[in-house]
Amino acid sequence: MDLGPYLLLASLEGAVQAAVLALTAVGLSLVFGVMRIVNVAHGEFFMLGAVFAWWIATFFGGHPAIGFIAALLIAPLLTGLVAVIVDWFVLKRLEYDPEGTIVATIGVLYIIQQVVLMTYGPDARPVEAPFNHRFYFPWFGYSSYKLFVIAAAIAILIGVWMIMAKTRIGLVLRATQLDRETATAFGIEVNRIYALVFGLGAALAAMAAVLIVPIQQAHYLMGGDPLLLSFIVVIIGGLGSLRGTVVAAALIGMSDGIISVFFTPTLAKILATLLVAMVLVYRPNGLFGTRSA
Amino acid sequence: MTANTKSWALHIALLVTLFTLQFVLPAYHQGNIARIMMLAVFAMGYNIMFGYTGLLSLGHALFFATGMYGMGLSIQHLGISPATAFVCGIVAALLVTATVGVLALRTSGVAFMIVTLMFAQSGYLAVLFFGEYTRGDEGFVIKQAQRVIASVDLADATNRYFAALLLFALCIAVTLKLVTSQFGHVLVAVRENEERAQMLGYDTFKYKLAAVLISGTISGVAGAGYGLLFGYVGANFATVQYSIYPLLWVLLGGAGTIMGPFFGTLFMFYLIDLASDLTSAYMLIAGVALVLLTLFARNGLMGEIRKRVLPWLP
Repeated sequence: MDLGPYLLLASLEGAVQAAVLALTAVGLSLVFGVMRIVNVAHGEFFMLGAVFAWWIATFFGGHPAIGFIAALLIAPLLTGLVAVIVDWFVLKRLEYDPEGTIVATIGVLYIIQQVVLMTYGPDARPVEAPFNHRFYFPWFGYSSYKLFVIAAAIAILIGVWMIMAKTRIGLVLRATQLDRETATAFGIEVNRIYALVFGLGAALAAMAAVLIVPIQQAHYLMGGDPLLLSFIVVIIGGLGSLRGTVVAAALIGMSDGIISVFFTPTLAKILATLLVAMVLVYRPNGLFGTRSA
Repeated sequence: MTANTKSWALHIALLVTLFTLQFVLPAYHQGNIARIMMLAVFAMGYNIMFGYTGLLSLGHALFFATGMYGMGLSIQHLGISPATAFVCGIVAALLVTATVGVLALRTSGVAFMIVTLMFAQSGYLAVLFFGEYTRGDEGFVIKQAQRVIASVDLADATNRYFAALLLFALCIAVTLKLVTSQFGHVLVAVRENEERAQMLGYDTFKYKLAAVLISGTISGVAGAGYGLLFGYVGANFATVQYSIYPLLWVLLGGAGTIMGPFFGTLFMFYLIDLASDLTSAYMLIAGVALVLLTLFARNGLMGEIRKRVLPWLP
């Protein structure tokens, strides 16, 4: 294959990565923006989404599309519910103290991961794609499902943006993000908003996982990479800025996809991690951000 | 008795107890306690930063692993004596700590935690990347012949126990001296209120950097010692898990206490040991402990004892 088509294939793979990453990272960014806390367990919510998707798809059986659609609807809800419970029983009691919540969410990370290991087991299991058509370019065939993932992620992101920009609940969220105390003074129930945001952030990660699980199997340790990459994206994009997060996810997902076609993934990861550390050291607000951590 | 004599007496009593335990304990527990003492040194190093200076690092596995690999790689590839290699490990840890410290201390709070986490992660990935030398995940064994210092064979269980006890005792003495000195009091002042310490004329950056250096170097000593005593060097020790462990041990034992890290390590080690007999999901214990400790017992074991019974406990 010539370089041109090869590059096209690499960018398509990169775009799939970027789409899923953007969804996951927007979840993390939303939680950080509104609640001012770092959720280390975010990757486990991603993993929960994938594991729930497998359970739901197995439960429904029949045509793969039925199971998939059911999973896309139910798995984020269940994951969001788990997150709301975590918020209610742990984070609220810590009064959202930034350092305390990091330590506690590390604990939550292990609890979720290990409970999944005990119940779902150590195997990686696939969910069948709802359709398995191949789309033919002149040089190679490409799974149409992967193209669907990109489209679906964009649609969900537009949905999130509509909610934040156009609805009353979005207004309330932005008000809480801007100034928690004034929001309370205006009669906004901040505790409920926090639970909602935490649930929503987890649900977004779960949606990303449901989309990716027909390509990548569900496994109890799959939360590590999305967590690290989301961190990177949220920091580069500017802590708390949703637009920056999406731009950074596109950038990093694409370049990660392209780089790992040409170079060894470990070296790429080392460089990316060091780069992020340096960005935080010298530009603590992120590349596009306006606020400090 | 002054508070100072009392606390020295108490810590010496702990060391004497550990010394005598060697003659009583069955072989299995003897090995465990030796491990716990080395890991407790790691936790005590962590505690200098977290407990006394209020700097929460999520990347201490980097310093532990640097000590371990600095020692192991120089034995394996340079063919030098174990004693020199041990020093190499410590120097390597000191250098890495200095670099990370200078950079990471430009940030604070949550950013500091993430920066240290990122540095540790790239350290772990670097171990995998240079798999040709480090043997990656698999790690490598340091042979018995390479573990003899001054004709003392560290592979022998009794020698190993006493070597671990020696390092542990040294670490207790150094940290106890440190935190009761004026320097230690300034660290606590930085922890309690950095701006106020600054206003009083202390260059807080220097104090924090010193704390990071001491903390990282002690962690390196623990890593190099652990590798040498137990004869194995592996990438597992560079993972995030080994950054979380010292945090967990210190939280459980009591942040900002000298003996706390030891008791935290002791309890958690045996808890995980028991749990891993029952299930492969033994890290569940660590997760539950972290959540419960942050929710209900921020002071940890020794912190509670200090609050209720022994107010002079350092």
